[in-house]
Amino acid sequence: MRQGLIALLIGLLLPLAAWSGVLPQIPEARKGESCVRPTDEMRKNHMKYILHQRDETVHEGYRNPQFSLVECINCHATKDDKGEWVSVKTEKHFCNSCHTYAAVKIDCFQCHADKPEEAYKQANHPLILREGLSEDTIRNTLMEARQ
Amino acid sequence: MSCKSCDCNQPAQPERRSFLGGSVSIIASMTILPGLVLHEVKAKPDDQRISNKNRWGILIDTRKCTTECDACVTACHKKHGIETHGRPDKDPQWIRKLKVEDPLTRKTSSFPIMCQHCEHPPCADVCPTGASFRREDGIVLVDRHLCIGCRYCMMACPYKARSFVHEETENPLPHTPRGKGTVEACNMCVYTVDKGGIPACVEACKLEGHQAMIFGDLNDPESEISQALLREGGQQIREDLGLNTGVRYQGIN
Repeated sequence: MRQGLIALLIGLLLPLAAWSGVLPQIPEARKGESCVRPTDEMRKNHMKYILHQRDETVHEGYRNPQFSLVECINCHATKDDKGEWVSVKTEKHFCNSCHTYAAVKIDCFQCHADKPEEAYKQANHPLILREGLSEDTIRNTLMEARQ
Repeated sequence: MSCKSCDCNQPAQPERRSFLGGSVSIIASMTILPGLVLHEVKAKPDDQRISNKNRWGILIDTRKCTTECDACVTACHKKHGIETHGRPDKDPQWIRKLKVEDPLTRKTSSFPIMCQHCEHPPCADVCPTGASFRREDGIVLVDRHLCIGCRYCMMACPYKARSFVHEETENPLPHTPRGKGTVEACNMCVYTVDKGGIPACVEACKLEGHQAMIFGDLNDPESEISQALLREGGQQIREDLGLNTGVRYQGIN
């Protein structure tokens, strides 16, 4: 009786174990405890949020970071073993890990950056906005950016 | 921090402080090098939409612009990640330097030319998808989500300000998305301007010490650009087309 139960359990778990190997390996977000919305809601609706804010941003200058693609990438982009930022072309990238599994091809990254702002020197450009920067820092960064 | 509005020396309430810092327009003005004030613009809160209260413009004093200098072009292309593929006739070009000569007097002028951010943009008139449009605050943009790459706008633009992206963009920058198969042009550094900054070309010109470019709000009579236009005037290139451009020039004649 007991052996039968164990065999049944193994029989049930084996396919599950095999299946989990197929499931996408989604990298953990680098920053913060939680996303802008609960995970299950984001899984279902992230594209709607991004699409909605996309038009508002381009046409009306609405720059709320909550559903900004740049902010998604800022938190979710990860580095590989060599310390390089993972490209969206590989399955290790947050977006691609799931989209490959779901067989949904996205074209966001034909135009948009797949790496966070900190990966680009130029992204730090609007220097005059930053408060509390020393004059030397601003001068050096500006000179550096122009080289 | 004490209350500045009434000189009563009462410490300001924390809520009020964060309110002032967070949501009300901040005057982002900062001396970056001794004796050089970059600009004075009111930063828009992130969650506020743009409005036609502002009309952004650039005034270019060609008498201060020198033939040898191309700091504005370099800064622009650097900031927006525009790279050459070794084919100058097809490389995207958001801004370029021109040298013009009056055939009679042989007087030459040198100046940068880019999207002139017209009030009545011909590019938007001919766009079949509505991708070319003019924002409420006067900045003319291409919505690349809608652009189908037909290039009508490139034909329509009298300033040859637009470029077609022929190659895949390897590494677009976070705040300048750009991709193959769409048209692009100067966006007056729209992200930076929305954040209260100034365009890269104007910044580079100031840093270079030429001070030939002024960026500001044409609708604000007190702004530096409006004051300069009031004082010295400024002309549009191809004024006869009646496009009412946001980019104005001085001293071309």
